[in-house]
Amino acid sequence: MVEFCGLKLSNPVVNASGTFDAIAARRIYGEALLQDFPFSAFVSKTITPAPRVGNEPQRIWETPAGMINSIGLPNKGLDGFLAEDLPQLAELPVPLIVSVMGTSREEFSRLVEEVAGREEVAAVELNVSCPNVHSGLIVGEQPGETMALLEALRPLTGKPLIVKLTPNVADPAAVAVGAAEGGADAVSLINTLKASAIDPVTGQPGIAAGHGGLSGPAVRPVAIAQVRAVAAAVELPIVGMGGVCSGADAAEMLAAGAQLVAVGTENFRDPRAGSRIAAELSECLLVAV
Amino acid sequence: MTAPFGRRLCEVAESRDSGGYRLFSLLDEEGPVPLPGQFYMLATEHHWEQDGGRPFLPRALSVADVPPGEGPTQLDFLIEGIGPGTDRLCELVPGERVWVNGPLGNSFSPPRELAPGAAGAILVGGGIGIAPLALLRRRFADRNIPTRVLLGFRDEVHSGGLDDLFACCEVGLASEDGHIGHRGYITDVFSAMLEGDDAAGAAVYACGPPPMLDAVAALCADRGVACELAMESPMACGYGACFGCAVPKPDGGYMRLCVDGPVIRGG
Repeated sequence: MVEFCGLKLSNPVVNASGTFDAIAARRIYGEALLQDFPFSAFVSKTITPAPRVGNEPQRIWETPAGMINSIGLPNKGLDGFLAEDLPQLAELPVPLIVSVMGTSREEFSRLVEEVAGREEVAAVELNVSCPNVHSGLIVGEQPGETMALLEALRPLTGKPLIVKLTPNVADPAAVAVGAAEGGADAVSLINTLKASAIDPVTGQPGIAAGHGGLSGPAVRPVAIAQVRAVAAAVELPIVGMGGVCSGADAAEMLAAGAQLVAVGTENFRDPRAGSRIAAELSECLLVAV
Repeated sequence: MTAPFGRRLCEVAESRDSGGYRLFSLLDEEGPVPLPGQFYMLATEHHWEQDGGRPFLPRALSVADVPPGEGPTQLDFLIEGIGPGTDRLCELVPGERVWVNGPLGNSFSPPRELAPGAAGAILVGGGIGIAPLALLRRRFADRNIPTRVLLGFRDEVHSGGLDDLFACCEVGLASEDGHIGHRGYITDVFSAMLEGDDAAGAAVYACGPPPMLDAVAALCADRGVACELAMESPMACGYGACFGCAVPKPDGGYMRLCVDGPVIRGG
């Protein structure tokens, strides 16, 4: 049993936002998904105020020990999520963490109020990797913007607010300090690394958008360094992620300073990766004791 | 029947050349018998990330045939080596094991569901896209549905599977280099067939390169013939998690080919 921001979880392994669609998986695998749910908490795909169709294909590109994606946050929008998806996600046997993203404090405020106000939701993750429409700055790249956003959102809910940090900054620990000073309960990192690859056949980027985010085991050493830096800078609990594929990888993330470990890209290769990694991790920890 | 949750190891029973392609068979102890058009995500147990970290993701392959028999379900796959993942799968040897997730995706509809008055089926395949049509042909034969098969290839190197997957039926053939059948596109043969008396009353099923699928869909739309197309898109997971395999929907936006396809209604 693990305690995280007041949530009691059966183990430290959760999913990274946008890497597991529990509703689609239940349609495909049936009730076995619920009987053997692979994560101790479920983090939803990011919800935005209005529906989004996502980016033009091609959206993914395999790279050495990883992949680049530029999916574009397709989602039903807040109203569609609350009406159609939330009732289904509430049937999962684990606490639900909903990821949200807005382009202004007003949008974020509405998202947090509406989402955190639902009893099915245990915590909210703030995806701050998009520009603020007023300042033009990417919130999660600026300690001051991040602090100001959290100061605006903090009074709106007593539920845990988790800030998802981007790795595409010189000093992620400074942004984590901003999140902590603004009143965040936890931080999660790393999001994907900005990356591109050229299709050798066309000579053009393999991703239609020109670039995307790199994930998979290729990024794990970057994640470990950033989790260590953030853990040294703030007292907040950390959800560590980036290329975790095995229990040994998860143990490394915990040793770097994370309290929870999120599995992302490995879910694509193994739908039960979360359960496998949690089991392997408990073996690793037994050996360590 | 739903797919077993998670991935499982299946043993390779056989792997051999089939024309310019490779054909390999896996023995599946756990999964349900797949429907025609469904696919599996495959990665070898060993030496997957062997060469500079690639292949990394599993590869989506339509099941080509499920020969009848006792014991574990035999899954036959037809494959062309076009990159690190398919190249590795071409090297499979009997006795080694493959991670399998599936069967995934939807399947082809019976002719009468596609078109209430359909008297039979026309299958149109191009290149490696002939694979899912072999299992479809087998299932239609099981149900005595009159079926005509048209298969086209670029050239001799980029062809295969005929003797292994379509030996028992009459096949109309085309090749761009003229090494077999009509010299040209299989859609030329298909177009001529649609001009025939009874062809317009058939349901059409196609799988192949995008230009071929576009041509088949356009010919069917012109003549008011119902058709289904099995499509392909880059896919990381195969079960709706990655949102990578998006293809445009006719009414705007995108759908995930893995959960809303790979078979879509044409026209």
